[in-house]
Amino acid sequence: MSRHTLSVLVENKPGVLARVAALFSRRGFNIDSLAVGPTEHEDISRMTIVVNVEDLPLEQVTKQLNKLINVLKIVELDPAQAVHRELTLIKVRADAENRSSVLELVNLFRARCVDVAPDAVTIEVTGTPDKLQAFIKLLEPYGIKELVQSGMVAIGRGARSITDRSLRALDRSA
Amino acid sequence: MTEQMTGAQALVRALENVGVDTVFGIPGGAILPAYDPLYDSVKVRHVLVRHEQGAGHAAQGYAQATGKVGVCMATSGPGATNLVTPIADAYMDSVPIVAITGQVTSAAIGTDAFQEADISGITMPITKHNFLVTDPADIARTIVEAFHIAGTGRPGPVLVDISKDALTNKTVFQWPPVMQLPGYRPVTRPHSKQIREAAKLIAEAKRPVLYVGGGVHKARAAAELLEFAELTGIPVVTTLMARGTFPDSHRQHLGMPGMHGSVPAVGALQRADLLVGLGVRFDDRVTGNLDSFAPFAKVVHADIDPAEISKNRHADVPIVGDCKEVITELINAVRNENRKGDYSEWWRQLDAYRETYPLGYTEFEDGSIAPQYVMQRLSAIVGPDAIYTAGVGQHQMWASQFIGYENPGSFINSGGAGTMGFAVPAAMGAKMGRPDTTVWAVDGDGCFQMTNQELATCAIEGVPIKVAVINNGNLGMVRQWQTLFYNQRYSNTNLQQVRRIPDFVKLAEAYGCVGLRCERPEDVDEVIKKAMEINDVPVVIDFVVHEDAMVWPMVAAGTSNDDIKFARDMAPLWDSED
Repeated sequence: MSRHTLSVLVENKPGVLARVAALFSRRGFNIDSLAVGPTEHEDISRMTIVVNVEDLPLEQVTKQLNKLINVLKIVELDPAQAVHRELTLIKVRADAENRSSVLELVNLFRARCVDVAPDAVTIEVTGTPDKLQAFIKLLEPYGIKELVQSGMVAIGRGARSITDRSLRALDRSA
Repeated sequence: MTEQMTGAQALVRALENVGVDTVFGIPGGAILPAYDPLYDSVKVRHVLVRHEQGAGHAAQGYAQATGKVGVCMATSGPGATNLVTPIADAYMDSVPIVAITGQVTSAAIGTDAFQEADISGITMPITKHNFLVTDPADIARTIVEAFHIAGTGRPGPVLVDISKDALTNKTVFQWPPVMQLPGYRPVTRPHSKQIREAAKLIAEAKRPVLYVGGGVHKARAAAELLEFAELTGIPVVTTLMARGTFPDSHRQHLGMPGMHGSVPAVGALQRADLLVGLGVRFDDRVTGNLDSFAPFAKVVHADIDPAEISKNRHADVPIVGDCKEVITELINAVRNENRKGDYSEWWRQLDAYRETYPLGYTEFEDGSIAPQYVMQRLSAIVGPDAIYTAGVGQHQMWASQFIGYENPGSFINSGGAGTMGFAVPAAMGAKMGRPDTTVWAVDGDGCFQMTNQELATCAIEGVPIKVAVINNGNLGMVRQWQTLFYNQRYSNTNLQQVRRIPDFVKLAEAYGCVGLRCERPEDVDEVIKKAMEINDVPVVIDFVVHEDAMVWPMVAAGTSNDDIKFARDMAPLWDSED
């Protein structure tokens, strides 16, 4: 098994997320991570889907996704040629005694402290999954009270945009 | 053209404008506004069925008999959920239908209102696409999009769910509307490099087979197929969905492949060095155990759906395209390829299979009817110009094996989904689409009892279909598996522990049809001829047949095609001629 990151451009219509998620479950593919949000164009949403599959099933899931009427384009991002990011918010136990050592870790990881209470701090950190894992591991001894993580978002490096051609298709049909 | 009207009027006008002449359905609360303008339409005939499942299968039968998009209509909630089975069936067999359902008013959606069901959510995995419309301004465009999606590319069912307020509110009707489907671009033109590659393999092959599926008829490419087959001299097998696409009587036709396929067809696939799959999907009922399917064959796979290519079996030459264009291009490419394959040794082998292992069956000594005999006589007396529909089970397999099909689309049945009860409503739809054609529903007694209420529709609407009930008093195919794999423990397969409940002759008469019964082989011809003479009302023949008749040949589920049995415990000797 290997991890693949798919960028899926979809029409911004109700039910699209359900269609995509249902397709993965019906065809027996597990989603490791899914993030969906707007793009630079109001009619297009972008999903970043991380799947853990062999190459052949990946081809099959891509073809099945392409058959969804609301799916405009699917691009598999080459890990070496793309930037991948996740965002994590962590509420960690920290009182007057050890707050400064927690904040030292925050600085080392270029994270941000977004809330402080007498016995806890809330930290915001972005990065690759590896970096976040390492950070969380170092915070564990202090006591993690709560943690929430976004799905992965990713974008290709360089000047090319994957939305250009889909935009032209949208213009043609409008 | 712009005009003020209600959403319901816009719906009916849009249906008229896209060319709909027949709609099968049942009204109810949420769809009621649509039925008012429908009442006035002179272009659209609404056929009031007795159960929404019947409406769906009738739309399928209509679509398959005419090549047009079939239409069914139902109200919200249970009306819509009763369409789920035919929608799933149409999805599996790529039948173009549009299902229109009423939905509760948009303000009530999500409140568990009376007769509310999330039918677009429910049908998401069994439709090519579906729509929920809550704005009357979207109705006309959505109908055009639905028909376009259903009928182009790989055909399939599309559901349009319309909220009641969208039907009652006013809108400005604009025609023609502009479709907004930027993500829908089916590829129909095959890639020329792949076509050349396929032609090269065909010329080099020693043991090729044309493996022909439902996609060829859906592309209306039977004539091209015949030309291609005769040009190359390659043997042809036709799957359950393709019966009739290539004439059964043609010398190059080896029969149906698969679980109940002919020995020559199955044997040809297993020994082939090249499969040319046209509009097929390498279904498990054809391949048996995939790892041992056609082990020596390179595969050329042409289909309009790219997701089918290499889904089950790796394609050495993948061709995405409409089968009509693909076969036309293949013909040109084969002509340009200055070599011709020599398949004479291959044909010697296949002819030996044909001679040694023809289709056959055992007759019963107690004077009861062998069901296969009924099929043979139907085929001989009714002939190949009729349309035959079938339900699912033993009778379906016998209808496929023992009726000779010469015309594309002359056998309409439920293949992928295996929906019992398909035959009668599908026959009704086929007959309404092709009123001048004789339509026979070959049904089992189990299947018949699932949807025979549509006989009432047929009798009242003047749709004189003919129904041959192959009545063995059992869920015959399940019983066959119990015979073979469950030590003859017939758990819950006997439908007639007391004989003749129901009495199908009386049942037919109660529905305003002619009911006939046949219990002896010597009466079979006469009763079929009698049914052929009745053309004003539907006819039902109760053929009482022996319950122990079995479908052979058979490849047991999950086993290799190499282990096919042509009768119980009788395996062919593949290489006896060597």
